[in-house]
This record gives sequence, C-alpha cells and structure tokens, in this order.
Amino acid sequence: MTIASSSPPPSLPLRGAEGAPTTPTARGARTREDGGDGRLAALFVAPAMLGFLVFLLWPTLRGIYLSFTRYNLLTPAEWVGLDNYVRMVNDPIFWNSLWVTVEYVVINIGVQTVAALAIAVLLQRLSQSAVLRGIVLAPYLLSNVVAGIVFLWILDTQLGIGNEIIGALGFDHIPFLADEHWAIPTIALINVWRHVGYTALLLFAGLQAIPNDMYEAAKVDGAGEWRMFWRITLPLLRPVLAVVLIMTVIGSFQVFDTVAVTTQGGPANATNVLQFYLYGAAFGRFQFGYASAMSVALLVVLTAITIIQYRLTRAGRTDLG
Amino acid sequence: MAAVATTTPPVRVRRRPSVGRIAAWTVMGAIVLVTLLPFYWILRTALSANPALAAHPGDPLPVDFTLGGFERALGLQSTAEAIAQGGAGGGLKFWRYLLNSVFVSTLITVCQVFFSAMAAYAFARLRWRGRDKVFALFLAGLMVPSIFTLLPNFVLIKQLGLVDSLLGIALPTMFMTPFAVFFLRQFFMNIPREVEEAALLDGAGKIRVFFKVMLPMASTPILTLGVLTYITSWNDYFWPLMVSYSDSSRVLTVALAIFRAQTPQSGYDWSGLMAATLIAALPMLVLFACFARRIVSSIGFTGIK
Repeated sequence: MTIASSSPPPSLPLRGAEGAPTTPTARGARTREDGGDGRLAALFVAPAMLGFLVFLLWPTLRGIYLSFTRYNLLTPAEWVGLDNYVRMVNDPIFWNSLWVTVEYVVINIGVQTVAALAIAVLLQRLSQSAVLRGIVLAPYLLSNVVAGIVFLWILDTQLGIGNEIIGALGFDHIPFLADEHWAIPTIALINVWRHVGYTALLLFAGLQAIPNDMYEAAKVDGAGEWRMFWRITLPLLRPVLAVVLIMTVIGSFQVFDTVAVTTQGGPANATNVLQFYLYGAAFGRFQFGYASAMSVALLVVLTAITIIQYRLTRAGRTDLG
Repeated sequence: MAAVATTTPPVRVRRRPSVGRIAAWTVMGAIVLVTLLPFYWILRTALSANPALAAHPGDPLPVDFTLGGFERALGLQSTAEAIAQGGAGGGLKFWRYLLNSVFVSTLITVCQVFFSAMAAYAFARLRWRGRDKVFALFLAGLMVPSIFTLLPNFVLIKQLGLVDSLLGIALPTMFMTPFAVFFLRQFFMNIPREVEEAALLDGAGKIRVFFKVMLPMASTPILTLGVLTYITSWNDYFWPLMVSYSDSSRVLTVALAIFRAQTPQSGYDWSGLMAATLIAALPMLVLFACFARRIVSSIGFTGIK
C-alpha cells in the first residue's frame, strides 16, 4: 500500500521541476525511466515471482535433489548417491516404459501433425468459416478422462459402435484396448482425436500470416493447389510448424490420463507409459526418490529432443520476407 | 475473409467446381463427422437403458429411452434401483464435485491471469534494473515440463498441510505460468506507447494506467487466455488425483475416473458413464459456446500452449 501511494508523484511535470536544471530534458526523462519504476515494478512482479520461485524453481531443484535420495514421505529423505540411477538403468520395466512411451509419441505426433496440417490447409484454402473452426476445436473442450471413457465405450470389443461398424464391413471385431499390439496405437489415436483441432488452429493462425498475393501470383503462373502447398505453404509455415511440433512432442511425452482410465498400463505392461510407471512408484510404492530419478531422466530426454528439433527445423529463423 | 470474397478467381471456381474441390470438401465433411460423432454417441448412450444397449449395440437412436443414466450419475437413485439398472451402488456426489471444479478452476484462472498480467505489464512497460534478466529466467521456466515439478510440488503441498484441500490443488498454478506472462507481455508491448503517455499526461499514475488503459485494451487476449486456462484446469486430472483423497476436495475429472473404476463385475454401466461424462463436459461446452467467436479468431495469437 505504501509503495502504491508513493509512486504517482513521479509523473512528467513534477519530475521536470525537481530535475537538475543543467540536464537536458532527454537525459532527464531517461533517468526517470531507468530508476523511477523500481518499487512499482517490484509490487507488480511480486505475486508472479512468488509463484515462480516457490512452485517452479524450487521444485525443479528439489526434484533433482530427491532423485539422489531414498524418500517415502514419512521419514526424512536419506542421501543414497547414484543408487536410484543405477537401479533405473537395470530396471527392465523402466526401459519397457520408455520404449512404450516413445512408440506412443511417434504414432501420436506423426498422425496428429499430418492431420492437423491437412485440416489447417483445408480451413484456409476451402472456407474461412468460424463455425467450422469451432467444430474442429470441440473435442479439445473435453478432458482426457472423458475422451478416454468415451472411446473405451466406442471401441468396446463386444458392444462398441466402432466394432459394430467393423463387423458390418465383414471384418472380425478388434480388441482395441485389450490387445497388447493394438493398445498403444489406439491410445495414441484417441489423443489425436482430442488434440488435433487445437493443433490445427495454431497452424491455421500461422497460415494466415502468409500473404495472399503469393498464392495469387502462383495461380497466375499456372500452379495447382498441390504444387502451391509444397512450394509456398510448407516452406513459409516451417517456423510455426517447428514451434508447434516442439510443444506437442513435450506434451505427448507426458501422457497419463488416457492410460489411467482405459488400460491401467496393461495388458502385460503394453501401455505402461513412463508417467504411469512413475506415478505407481511414487504413490503406489512410495518410492519418491526412484520416481524423481525417472522424472529427471524424462527431463533430460525432453531437453535433448527439444534441442535436436530446434536445430533440425531451424525454428528460430523465418523464410518470410 | 473479405479478400477471399472479393478476388475474381472464386467466381470462376464457383461456376465449375473442380474435382479437387469436391474431393477437398468430402475430406472436410469426413473430418467434421469423425469429430462430432463421438459427441452424438455419448448422448445416444446416456439416454438408453443398459440391457437394451447390449441387445442393440448398433442402433443409431437411443434404445429403450430412459433418464436412468443421468439419475445414477447425479446420485438421485437409491442403491437398489441403481444396481437393478446395471449401475454401481455409489453414485457421484455430482453437485459437490461440480462445485469443487468450479471453485478450483475459477480460483486458478482469476488469480493466474491477473498476477500474470501484472508481471507482464512490469516486463513490457516499466523500467527497472534487472528486468531483462528476470524475464529470461521466467522464459527458462517455459522449458521445464510440468510433470517434472509435480512430485516435488506434492511434497511441498503435503508439508504445508494442504493435501486433500481445494487450495492445495489450486496453489501451484495460481500465481503465474511462464506462458501466461510471456503471452500477455507480447500484447502489452504492441499497445502504442502514445495511448499510455496520454493517460500519464492527464495525471494518471501507472497503476491507474494499468487498470484503466492496459487491461481494457488487452481484453480479447485476456479473455482468450482466461478461457483456455479455465478449460485446462477444469480438465486437469493428474495433479488433482495426487492431491485429493476425499469428497471434500474431489473434482469432476477424478470423480469420473472413480465412477468408471466402480463399474460392477457383470459389465460396465455405459449409460450411467456416458451421462456422467456429458454432465462433466457440459460446462466447458457452454462456456465455449458463449465466447467461441472471439476465442476461435484469437487462438492463433495464443500460439504455443
């Protein structure tokens, strides 16, 4: 409160009066801007800073620390050095989880990116209707939990409408979520259904930045839509596509909700993704140290992937203009 | 939009729709169908009776129409009634969970957007020492995946004695997210300086400028950010699952997963489950419908979430 009431005075006329007469106005104004807002800024940044320090920076450091300890929440954490990491490297279930997660991410991101790109281009070149964009975004409004339960029903082996249609087409029913080979692709596609619209709208916004005359000029030169996509759309969308890709990959690695409500990691660990295994270690067996070590591993993997992606896609540079 | 309508080529296209265009519309139609059919199937199943669902799995209309599913989801049926209709004994204490979800999401959204806007203004427009370094630090926070902070945050919430409380669920994301600060800073930087300076010349303090000039001028991005934050916190499952143990702090997503796990041995209560998912999703669908036009057009700016 006191800080707040002390700040209004430094407005232009007052400052001019108290500033040294020898200083030219330009430099005077600059000094005012450099130092004058300090206390006000402190007030404005304080809540966010508190949140940042307490719930982001501190937990990050603490997570790294906990990964070197044995900790079950009840007794104080006990330093065990690299034990958790040694155990992790020798844990076949951990490697299985990592592998299953990678398989999920590859299918999820692969299908989602291609589909989102197709939808975005269709939205741009075919119709700019806001209603259509709203429809495409609709699944994003559901939670992963809801989407998981809905597809559990639609893809039910006996009664699901998905399998009814497959049966009507003359094929055998597919145990989508009960078969170890089908389960991961199925979960990956369920999440594509939920997220593809949002991703498409991000790409659509990127497409809006491409000047329309480029398409007009190409059309005059006799280029078709297909050619324009490869020669204009894709190259100019690259920076946006790269950033969207980095963000969706990071999100995709953290898959948990859908697994938790559909397969619970089964059958036979086929869908025991990293986050699900980690949750079990922490809250099922109270091995917080080991769980922390696994999340450090995930952090390292994600950082590495992000850096590689950034380099490969030259995300920071644009070809436009 | 106007540009597309006024250029000449579309006229030619409209006269003789090409094969490619028809194919493209067909694909778009298929996409809309795949997007919307699951929504219809939720409704159709929720309005059907369980025994009839098993007998007519492929019927496109509700079979043996009943509101029993909704009654079970809302906990309006007696245990005996529920079991007779293929449900589990314990229904959802729906209103309780709804209220919890509303409370948590509202608290997170209002505080996070407001505090992030304050910080964003300080980063965009105030002059202070170390500003760019602090901002770079915030940006680095964007790189830490949320999964990484969850376990240590749980330990912290436990030490604060806030496990199994609504405040415990809201606290970690209540003050800021790096994304929200980054996003709003972009907007504040794009507001012309003259507008702000005019207000300052009129004798308004910077706090007043923030409330009376900056916030109103950024109302659309703030609204978009707010609605997206609301949807995200409403749909969050992992963190509330960690923190809440009892009805007093249970939110809808967690309750729904429990409702699904309670299914009787004999088979799923699909009718009740679909009714429950519909009820859980409805508030977001309504919220979106209210603001859809503004959100859909500004979601691009939101970019990167």
